[in-house]
Amino acid sequence: MKTKLSLVFVVLFVFFVGCATTQQQLLDSEASQVQLRSIQTRAFDTTDKEKTLRTVMATLQDLGFVLDKADATLGTVSATKLKGYVLRMTVTVRPRGTTQLLVRANAQYNVQPVTDPEPYQQFFAALEKAMFLTAHQAD
Amino acid sequence: MKRFIPIFCLSILLMTGCQTIPKDALSLSPEYLAQRQMQTRKYETKDEAKILAACAGLLQDMGFNIDESETDLGLITASKMRSAENAGQIVAAVIIAALGGGAMPVDKEQKMRASVVTRTIGEEERYVAVRVTFQRIVWNTRGQVTKSESIIDPAVYQEFFDKLSKAIFLEGQEI
Repeated sequence: MKTKLSLVFVVLFVFFVGCATTQQQLLDSEASQVQLRSIQTRAFDTTDKEKTLRTVMATLQDLGFVLDKADATLGTVSATKLKGYVLRMTVTVRPRGTTQLLVRANAQYNVQPVTDPEPYQQFFAALEKAMFLTAHQAD
Repeated sequence: MKRFIPIFCLSILLMTGCQTIPKDALSLSPEYLAQRQMQTRKYETKDEAKILAACAGLLQDMGFNIDESETDLGLITASKMRSAENAGQIVAAVIIAALGGGAMPVDKEQKMRASVVTRTIGEEERYVAVRVTFQRIVWNTRGQVTKSESIIDPAVYQEFFDKLSKAIFLEGQEI
């Protein structure tokens, strides 16, 4: 009896985990917007948007990405890394006040969003090195 | 014995659920400087747009189609589809089929991607540096992805830049 119950429980659990609705998948509703932004964003003490975008592109190349597209006006860069997995990344650069730029990165690993802080820390560490500037936590 | 069934189910769930990003996916690899060097050449000119145009011409020479370009940031991305069939795999598949092993999928086609990034470097920005990177995805006869990788063969980059030097010369001469 006990075995049967636990089996039913496990099966139910699998269903719950497996059944994210399209709305949840589309909008990633579970993720906390504020927390995600703080993980994915850093501020740099520069106002040179073009140079920052070019440095972002160079950093992505250093990390083994192949660039997909870039837009200087909008300030976005997208790139893909293939290494037995598909890692897609978009980085945006926009002004913050009159003395800083905000750099935000978001990544997708195969079919999952990357929500761990650590990969982003590594990315910004590499970017800092190429920018010759410190990345400030943006909140 | 039956007790193990739920444990078994749970461990499967855990294993499939734990497909997380590798630790080194976004950190600089020890080889990154060597790879940067292999993938980069500099040309003595101040005209970044001209170099970028030569790169576009070269990608066309190599049968690529341009997907995206952004002159303000010095970027061109291009791709092409090619056959990925290779004789060794096909021979192996035929032997296995002959031995009664059934049809084995073999590599069929591949998407090859290239991106070229240019930027001005040096004092007074006297040089334009060109960095090209290639990658490919291979599908088999069942439509499954069998390889997805960066191409890091030095010979590929050597040939690319030999051809680029030629293309820059040709465009300069307007041929």
